[in-house]
Amino acid sequence: MSGVYLSTENQPFCKGCGHTLVGRAIEKALGNLDNLDTLDLVVVTDIGCIGIIDKQFKSHTVHGLHGRSVALATGISMGLSDPSKKIIVFIGDGGATIGLHHILEAAHLNINMTVLVHNNMLYGMTGGQPSGLTPQGFKTLTMPDGRMDHGTDLCQLVHSAGAAYARRLYAMGDISETLEEAFKVDGFSLVEAVEFCPSHGIKFNPGKKLHELTDEAGLLPILLENNKPPHISAEKVDGESLFTSVKEIDAEFSHNLDGRISLILAGSAGEGVQSAAELLAIAAMSCGLSVTKKGSYPVTVGVGFSLSELIISTEEIDFTGISRIDAALVTSIDGLKKGLAKIENMTDGTLYLDTSLEAPETAAKVEQKDYRKPMGPRSASLLLAANFVKETGFIPMEAFYKALAASRISKAIPREKLEKALEELN
Amino acid sequence: MTNTAKKSLIDASRLMIEGTVQAGGQVFVGYPITPANLLYSYSSKRFPTVLPAPDEISTLQFMSGFSAAGKFPVTATSFPGLALMIESIGMAFMMELPMVIMLVQRMGPSTGTATCGAQGDIGLIGNINSGGYPIPTFCPSTFEDCYTLSAEAVKTAIELRTPVFVLTSKEMVMTLKSFDLSTLKPIEPVKRTWYSSEEKFVPYKPDANGVPDFLPVGSPDHQVRITASTHDQNAALQHSTKEALANIERLRFKMEHNLSGYSHYDYDKVDNADTLVFSYGISSAAAREAVTNLRKDGKKVSLLVAKTLFPVLPEYLEAARNHKRVVVAEENQRGQYREILFGLNGRDGVSGINCIGRLITPGEIEEEVCK
Repeated sequence: MSGVYLSTENQPFCKGCGHTLVGRAIEKALGNLDNLDTLDLVVVTDIGCIGIIDKQFKSHTVHGLHGRSVALATGISMGLSDPSKKIIVFIGDGGATIGLHHILEAAHLNINMTVLVHNNMLYGMTGGQPSGLTPQGFKTLTMPDGRMDHGTDLCQLVHSAGAAYARRLYAMGDISETLEEAFKVDGFSLVEAVEFCPSHGIKFNPGKKLHELTDEAGLLPILLENNKPPHISAEKVDGESLFTSVKEIDAEFSHNLDGRISLILAGSAGEGVQSAAELLAIAAMSCGLSVTKKGSYPVTVGVGFSLSELIISTEEIDFTGISRIDAALVTSIDGLKKGLAKIENMTDGTLYLDTSLEAPETAAKVEQKDYRKPMGPRSASLLLAANFVKETGFIPMEAFYKALAASRISKAIPREKLEKALEELN
Repeated sequence: MTNTAKKSLIDASRLMIEGTVQAGGQVFVGYPITPANLLYSYSSKRFPTVLPAPDEISTLQFMSGFSAAGKFPVTATSFPGLALMIESIGMAFMMELPMVIMLVQRMGPSTGTATCGAQGDIGLIGNINSGGYPIPTFCPSTFEDCYTLSAEAVKTAIELRTPVFVLTSKEMVMTLKSFDLSTLKPIEPVKRTWYSSEEKFVPYKPDANGVPDFLPVGSPDHQVRITASTHDQNAALQHSTKEALANIERLRFKMEHNLSGYSHYDYDKVDNADTLVFSYGISSAAAREAVTNLRKDGKKVSLLVAKTLFPVLPEYLEAARNHKRVVVAEENQRGQYREILFGLNGRDGVSGINCIGRLITPGEIEEEVCK
């Protein structure tokens, strides 16, 4: 017959298939809900025999990929964010195996939807292979002696994940009341309807009845509930423009740079290398110079080297690569190792190196000072950057101090402390 | 000498997210992956809805669900994430769901080096769909592009009912640069219109441009059917009927027929130049600098920076035909876009500057041109 929500006659399933029975029960269960309009229903279908039920429905239908329908429905449910819309997912035990994680995630979030798992204990459309839900002892095309271990207990899993409602039943008789109960759940509900595939299940398990198989495997009816509020959409007011919080830097100082300089700051993680490089960049910008800065560090950012590349130029910088550096500011052995290739490639310029380190082979002039001592290793890069500005004079020290004052570093290291450390250094 | 312009020290991830949201991006579905993490971080401050997805497949499925419901979703990833998304990207393409996927390239194969830039996913993106159906792909070559092309991606996705890629690289989105934000103009949000006729809604019935009207699922007025499998205009599954095959043909037609609306490139042509330097994305800065230097030395060299990578623009092929020599600079091993433009046989006068693990330098391009 042609129902309100779906056509229950001529369902596209094999004779005797439980899918047809569930289809009829759904029409009845939906009709028992309070004034559910056909267009308040969104049906999301998976791949597999049950997936083609979408064409029977008069509601909205979305037909997706194998195993992914619950994740797709999660997006739809959150996108609509409308409790008056009923979202029902049709998925088989094969799809539930492939997309188990999606089901657990939706259960965990308690997304508003009902997932109908048609568990006929095998992949039917492809010839009867076992799924993760195939029960112990059940014979399939590729497991002719029967499954040796236990199948996944989906209801227990989704219950543990936090589903408001999980129920397993046999797809026999009129199950519409149970489906109606599941549809009325506020949040995530899952009904696992255990069926016996009339084409492949019977072929590989001749003479067996559904109850015999499920009883032997312990695949018994169950109802599990959690008292948990449904997921609420996380939509908020538009965030403010990402440009609002960006600091504009006034070009208030002059500089003595002719052309561009390229340099590296290299040290150890946690010793302020990136912060010092950023301070140097901002100080240069406050003199009207263009800059680029790149950071490089191991995947585990808290240990090992930390290296920053800086280009400072009187012209706009388009290409941000550095072929040859003019200066290397190195404060630790980690940094020296990381920057070694560039340092060895220097043809002139200066290598500023902590005294604790042995100078490598390089054509650069080497200048060594005890940068790690006056303010400790964690501020060695900052001290070296400040000293670099002081010695080269390419920008005024005032520009560096102003950048420092505007940064978070100044709380721990105010200008006076840095000035004293610079004196101590020399 | 002092430049008085007020500049800020920023990265281009900020520009990409700002441009995307201004144009109409509504939902960011994210998960952590280097070097796309800044895009996720900025999104959490800027997008109206930000959703942490448990994995990459869920990301694309959540996005498809949001898109089907009428929201505009965006995500950002790198190759390892993209690899897991591909089946679902095909689904979104077939379903004709608007969305933007930002792909920040890093050096592969496999997980490769997360913090090393690359341009190694070009061949994959160009043929990401089974059947070879193109997905519009934009590739920013400057900071400004990162802002404007991200917005163009939203516009194109909506206008063509399709996923759109913004293809970039670690070097572009993680490098800090002094940049004058006042040079960027505010972006008008893309106006979305839903099917509004009283006649039955046919979800895959195209307009004259090959694009079907859109209506979100959940509409109180019309039934909406969406499917990833081969289908007719009503989204009914078909094997290979005439109508279903015509629908598939249309998926290519709509991209190519409307191509002039999203053709982005910079073509700096020099009359009587023998050589064309061709580049895109992060390698284009080296190409620009090389061409500037070559011209200072009196060399006649044209420059083409491609910004719409897919579908391939006929303008690129024409520019190539008009030059005896073409030097294609791209940061991958064998010249992936060069192969797309000229095939494995190549063409006389076509050569590539390629490398992995570092940026191509202007000097390398200059040397090749001067050979």
